[in-house]
Amino acid sequence: MNTPKLTAVQGYALVLLRILIGWHFLYEGIIKAYNPSWTSKGYLLSASILKPFFAWLAGDSMISAIDYLNIIGLVAVGISLLIGIKVRWGCIAGMLLLLMYYLAHPPFPGLPQGPAEGSYWVVNKNLIEMAALFVIYLFPLTTIFGLENLFARKKANTTIN
Amino acid sequence: MANDTNNFKRWNRRDILKALGGIPFVGAVWYSGASLAGSAIREKQFLLETLNIKASPPPASGPMSGKPLRIGIIGFGIRGEQLCRALGFASTGWLKDMSDNLAKNPKDTRLTDFKAQENLNVKLAAICDVFDQRAENALKSFNSGDNKIKRFRTHTELINSGEVDAVIIATPDHWHAPISIEALNAGIHVYVEKPMTHNIAETYLLRDTVLKNPKTVFAVGHQHRQTQSFLTAQDVISKNILGHVSLVQTNTNRNDDNGAWQYDIAESASPKTIDWDLFLGNAPREPFNLEHFFRWRKWWAYGSGLSGDLMTHDYDRINCILKMGIPKTVTASGGIYTHRDGRNVPDVMHVNMEFPDFSTGGSQVAGKEKGMTFVYSATLGNQFDRGTVLMGHDGSMDLGNRITVYADPRSTKYAELIKEQRIEAGVPIYQYDPAVNGTDAVTSATAKYFANKGLLWTYRDGKRVDSTFLHLREWLSCIRNGGTPSCSIKEGFEEAISAHMGGLAYKLGRRIEWDAVEQKIIAQPGEDLDAVLLSNT
Repeated sequence: MNTPKLTAVQGYALVLLRILIGWHFLYEGIIKAYNPSWTSKGYLLSASILKPFFAWLAGDSMISAIDYLNIIGLVAVGISLLIGIKVRWGCIAGMLLLLMYYLAHPPFPGLPQGPAEGSYWVVNKNLIEMAALFVIYLFPLTTIFGLENLFARKKANTTIN
Repeated sequence: MANDTNNFKRWNRRDILKALGGIPFVGAVWYSGASLAGSAIREKQFLLETLNIKASPPPASGPMSGKPLRIGIIGFGIRGEQLCRALGFASTGWLKDMSDNLAKNPKDTRLTDFKAQENLNVKLAAICDVFDQRAENALKSFNSGDNKIKRFRTHTELINSGEVDAVIIATPDHWHAPISIEALNAGIHVYVEKPMTHNIAETYLLRDTVLKNPKTVFAVGHQHRQTQSFLTAQDVISKNILGHVSLVQTNTNRNDDNGAWQYDIAESASPKTIDWDLFLGNAPREPFNLEHFFRWRKWWAYGSGLSGDLMTHDYDRINCILKMGIPKTVTASGGIYTHRDGRNVPDVMHVNMEFPDFSTGGSQVAGKEKGMTFVYSATLGNQFDRGTVLMGHDGSMDLGNRITVYADPRSTKYAELIKEQRIEAGVPIYQYDPAVNGTDAVTSATAKYFANKGLLWTYRDGKRVDSTFLHLREWLSCIRNGGTPSCSIKEGFEEAISAHMGGLAYKLGRRIEWDAVEQKIIAQPGEDLDAVLLSNT
C-alpha cells in the first residue's frame, strides 16, 4: 500500500474523518433496520429528476429489495469505515449510495427541494460527504487505525520470515 | 505455529488498539441506534394500544351476478355522463378526449382506469334528456351489439315503458323528487343525485313514497359514504378519542368559473333542440333562456345554492360519522360577492347549525359539556384548503381521505401523557391513510410532507377506484342481493331538511328552528316556507 508521507496529525485527522463518516452511515442503517415500517418508497417516488428510474426502483416488485440493499449498504459501509476493513470498497459503495440520494433530490435551481434543514444550491451535504469519501478512498490509512493493520502486519511478517 | 506465537509476541497494546479500536465504535453506534429505534417503536405501540382505534375499510358490496339490470338515465349532462362512466359506459367524445390526452401524456391514467373498472353487469336501456344533443350523444355512444338503448321524450314514458328496472336521476334539483316519486310508485329502483329534494313539502312526500314501496331500493348520490376512512373515523368517535366535540368545521373553497357553475353553452342549443317546458317543470314560467338552462345551479328556481348543492356533501359526510341528525336551529349569512353575473344564489355563504343536545362523550365532570355547532363556510372566490376538522376537548380530527388525530394541549384525558412528554402538541397521535394500508402514530415532518403531496397513494387491487363507482355498486348490490344503501331515505331526509333550513336562514336572515317532535321546520304565522325557499329573490 502506497502510504503517502503525512505528518502524524494529518493522518489522525483523516482517520477522524473516516470514523465520523462511518459512524453516520452505520447509525442511518441501524435506525432503518430496526424500524419495520421504514421504506424509501416516498423518497424515491418524490424524485425530482430521472423520475422513471426512481419510480421503477419504488415499484412493488423492487421496493423491498431496494430497502434491504440500502440498509445492508449503509451498515456495511459504516462498519468498513469504522473498523478499517476493505475501506476502499466501502468508500466506493458509500459514494454510490450518496450519488443515488443526491440524484433523487438534487439541489438544482428550479427543482422542488423538499424538507431540508438548510439552504443549498448545487452543493449539498450528500455531495460533500461523497467528496469526503473520495478523500478517504485516496487515504484509507488502515495501518494507522484499522483491522487491516493486523493482516498487513501478518503479511509483512510472513515475508520477513 | 512458531511464527504465529512470534507474531503475537511482537504485538504491543498500542498495535492492538490501532487494529481493533474501531470495534467499540461499531458496538456503541449499533446499540444506540437499536435502542432508540426500539423505544420509538414501543412508544408508537403504546399510543396505538392506548387509543385502540380499529382501522377498517367499509364492507365490500355483494356480487354483481345474475340477469343484467336494465338502467334508465334521466338527465345526461355533466353529472349524468360521469354516472354512466361509473356504470361502465363512456361517451364516444370522452373516449376520444381521453385517448388524445393519453397520447400527449402517457401518465394520464383515466382511460386505463376506466377500462380496468369492474363490469357491473348492467345494460343502459333507456335515456331521457330534454336537450336533443345530449340524448343523441347517449344513443350514439351506447348503442352497440350487446347494448340497445332507446330514447324517451319524457321521464314518465321512460319509467312506464317496462324496459327499465332502475333509474338514475341526474337532472336539475327541482326535478329530483318528482321523478323519484313517479319511479318509486311504478316499482322502479331509484338512484337520485343530491340534494335529495328542492323544497320542504316534497321531502315529506318522497319519504312517504319510499316507505310505502319497501321493495324498491332508493339511494341518494352522496358518494362520500364510500370514503375508505369513514368507518375508522366512526371508531375514533365511538372510542371517545376526541372527548366532547363542540365544533365541526367544514368548507368549500373554489376559485374558477366551472366551480362557480359557469358552464359552457352548447352551440346547437335552441328552442328547437330543447324541450323548454319540460325543463321548467314545476319552476316558475320563464321565457326560453340558455343561461338558465345550462347554468341552472345559479338560480333558486332550479338549483339550491351553496347550501343545497355543496354543503350537503359536507353535512352528509359528518352525519355519516356522528349521526347527529337534523339541527335544532340554523343561522346563515353571505352574499353574491365573487360572481356578480345575474345569479341569485350566494357565492359566499356561512351556515351555522346548532345541536344543543348532542354530545360525542366527554372526559370531564358529568354535565359540564353538551352541545355542538356545525359550521359550513364557503367561497367561490378562493381555493385555499381549510380542511374538515372535528374539534373536541381532548383532541382534533382532520378528516379527509386520510384521518389525522392531534391531542389537544389542554386535554384532560391526555394530561398525564402530555406531562410525561409521551404526547407532543402539534404532532399527530394517530394517522390513518387507507392508501398506505396501515396505521401510524407519531409521524415525522418528512412523512407528512410526502403524504400531503399525495405520493403515498395506492390503489385497490392495483387500480384507482372512483367513489361514485363504489356508491353505484352498493345500490346495485342492494337491488340484487338485498339490504339498504348507506345513504337512503333516512339520511336523505336529514340532508334535505338541513339544507333547506340553511337556505331559509340565508333568505329570511333569521334563525330557523326545527321542531323535532312535530318533525317540521317552524314557520311564522302565515309564512309559506316553500315559497320563500323557491323564490328568485
